[in-house]
Amino acid sequence: MTDLDIQKGSNKKSAYNLRDPLSEITESHTLAVIVDNESGVLARVIGLFSGRGYNIDSLTVAEVDHSGKLSRITIVTTGTPAVIEQIKAQLERMVPVHAVHDLTVEGKSVERELALLKVKGKGEKRVEALRLADVFRANVVDSTLKSFTFEIKGTPEKIDAFCELMRPLGLSEVARTGVAALSRGD
Amino acid sequence: MKTNTGAEIVIKALISQGVDTVFGYPGGAVLPIYDEIFKEKSINHILVRHEQGAVHAAEGYARSTGKPGVVLVTSGPGATNAVTGLTDALMDSIPLVVLTGQVPTFMIGNDAFQEADTVGITRPCTKHNWLVKDTNKLAKTIHTAFHVAMTGRPGPVLVDIPKDVQFAGGIYIEPNEIQQTYHIKPAKPQKTSVEKIVDAITMAKKPVIYSGGGVINSGKKASNLLRMLVSKTNFPITSTLMGLGCYPASGENWLGMLGMHGTYEANMAMHDCDLLLCIGARFDDRITGRTDAFSPNSFKVHVDIDPSSINKNIQVDVPLVSDIELALKAIIKKWEKCGKETQRESVKNWWNKINDWKKVKCLAYRQYGNTIKPQYAIDRLEKLTSNFDRYITTEVGQHQMWAAQYMKFEEPNRWMTSGGLGTMGYGFPASIGVQIAYPQSLVINIAGEASWLMNMQELGTAVQYGLPVKQFILNNERLGMVRQWQELLHGERYSHSWSASLPDFEKLADAYGVKGITCDNPNDLDDAINEMINFQGPVIFNCVVEKHENCFPMIPSGKAHNEMILGEFGDKNSIDSTGAVLV
Repeated sequence: MTDLDIQKGSNKKSAYNLRDPLSEITESHTLAVIVDNESGVLARVIGLFSGRGYNIDSLTVAEVDHSGKLSRITIVTTGTPAVIEQIKAQLERMVPVHAVHDLTVEGKSVERELALLKVKGKGEKRVEALRLADVFRANVVDSTLKSFTFEIKGTPEKIDAFCELMRPLGLSEVARTGVAALSRGD
Repeated sequence: MKTNTGAEIVIKALISQGVDTVFGYPGGAVLPIYDEIFKEKSINHILVRHEQGAVHAAEGYARSTGKPGVVLVTSGPGATNAVTGLTDALMDSIPLVVLTGQVPTFMIGNDAFQEADTVGITRPCTKHNWLVKDTNKLAKTIHTAFHVAMTGRPGPVLVDIPKDVQFAGGIYIEPNEIQQTYHIKPAKPQKTSVEKIVDAITMAKKPVIYSGGGVINSGKKASNLLRMLVSKTNFPITSTLMGLGCYPASGENWLGMLGMHGTYEANMAMHDCDLLLCIGARFDDRITGRTDAFSPNSFKVHVDIDPSSINKNIQVDVPLVSDIELALKAIIKKWEKCGKETQRESVKNWWNKINDWKKVKCLAYRQYGNTIKPQYAIDRLEKLTSNFDRYITTEVGQHQMWAAQYMKFEEPNRWMTSGGLGTMGYGFPASIGVQIAYPQSLVINIAGEASWLMNMQELGTAVQYGLPVKQFILNNERLGMVRQWQELLHGERYSHSWSASLPDFEKLADAYGVKGITCDNPNDLDDAINEMINFQGPVIFNCVVEKHENCFPMIPSGKAHNEMILGEFGDKNSIDSTGAVLV
């Protein structure tokens, strides 16, 4: 029998939650990839995904260590457990990749995304948009007499929900950063 | 501090890396480097006739010596012509360092003459590549390129050098002044995996070892350890196309090659075994056939240096990520410490079963009439050259499979073939690379006429450097393997799988001043082969063979190992010789 795939630091202690490597069920995983911030590194990483037919649901990248010239790429991807393992192994063997963390299996993690939304409207709709923004703790960062631009941060689900509410109230444009994520604890 | 030009730095770095041979083709964007090569006598530059030829020649050189192959080509078309060779080397894990010229940095992105986005184009077909924009970083980049090409699972790398960087001054540094950060982890075999493998070896009743090109890449010591493991355990062993020679074909435990055109006994053993020891192979689709019916009842062990090979195609029970030499050393040591036990009686019974499969004689063929059977041609070539210090390269297709079936390899690094990518046109330039490395040895490229024509321009290279490469062309006037698939799968509709305008190979040889031999009669074959072997110079041997011969055994695509099609002359499903006369 195949060894049970128990990851160090797994928060899923119950034997019922152990991951089956042969499962055909598609899972969503958040990967943090630490790379050398060199020319072409992002093209390498996304080229791997497109070339081997893996999915990218969200991607963020920025230099996080200026002196060490390291960037952190956060990728939200979906696939069966076997595909996720392949993605990690393929990423790990790339020359500029220092580390790959699967935040979904390495314990609990915090995920945040930022979005800017432009909502156009007058009268009651405009007031309702402002009221809901208050509920979601979104900030107004720009406004005209006919529109508001909101800034909202939170989990991708929270932003999805806010966008859905704004749609009937005159949502005209959305800009989202994609997910940034860190593991919880030390 | 003393500075050098970028071009001087390139040459210094190559010499420091122990490079004595470069395969290349000059052009505008690499002229400064060629100027240095002109001055530097310790580097032997081989001028090819096409950049693809340079890369395949470097592959042949690398595969036969274990050293990295080095290629120097120009920007734009020079680089794009190298792409097929790079992809081939990536698939077969061949270490190459390819240096390309690039337009000056200030012209990059302007669609300059002979500009191509070389690092962009070659990103997916190299292990890694670099565009060097600063002469001071050139030495470090080239040294790192060699390190990456040779570390872990070997592969091709590319360094793109703009022309102004070649002219500008910069500081040269030696490899020992650089701290390399790229390394394969973990370096040593994991103890728990080794223990599980030793347990499996001890318990197995129907074991089989499935070895591959990784054993050859690991080095001669790995092959010796593999032989030791086989002789001590008495386990049967088969190998992939890429691994031929790591265990000798004359060895008692040898089952022959496995896979789509592998032997009946090897594939049946794979299907029925209870322990599958995969050592340095990657469960390629040519090996596994239908994956859901692949070796259904076995405990699977996979030893590989590349973690991404584990569980890629086939889920295994025990992975061991390690260099093969270190892994085999650890496994043998632990097994001997645990009392060197195997299930001797059961393994003996298993051998009885395997010997029954061998009786099927899956590679039997019959030479009759006045037409040369391709199997017979290769069989005779094997018999007449087996005592020579011999290296074999091939092109891709039926002749390649027949060569794998009928040629016998006793040592690693003697067999150069395009396995993963299946590149027609590989064999001729590869034979040139091998002959450069071993000027005194007998180097034969077993070819089909269609593959050979794909890189026949390299005849010029062979003549220029006096390389006595023997081109043994099985000429069936067909794209044999394509034709075979059309016969078996497409209702014998032979769509564009034959050539109506083949050259007269003897006249072609004449045109280049090399020897041409044509043989179309089985009775003349031995004399003709001997004439080829004894001739001091390149030979084009036009061996006219049966046009519609099929390559068997064959696992049709999408079938399992125990669903092989056998040839008509094997003993399992054939008519015996008296019956054949009657029918």
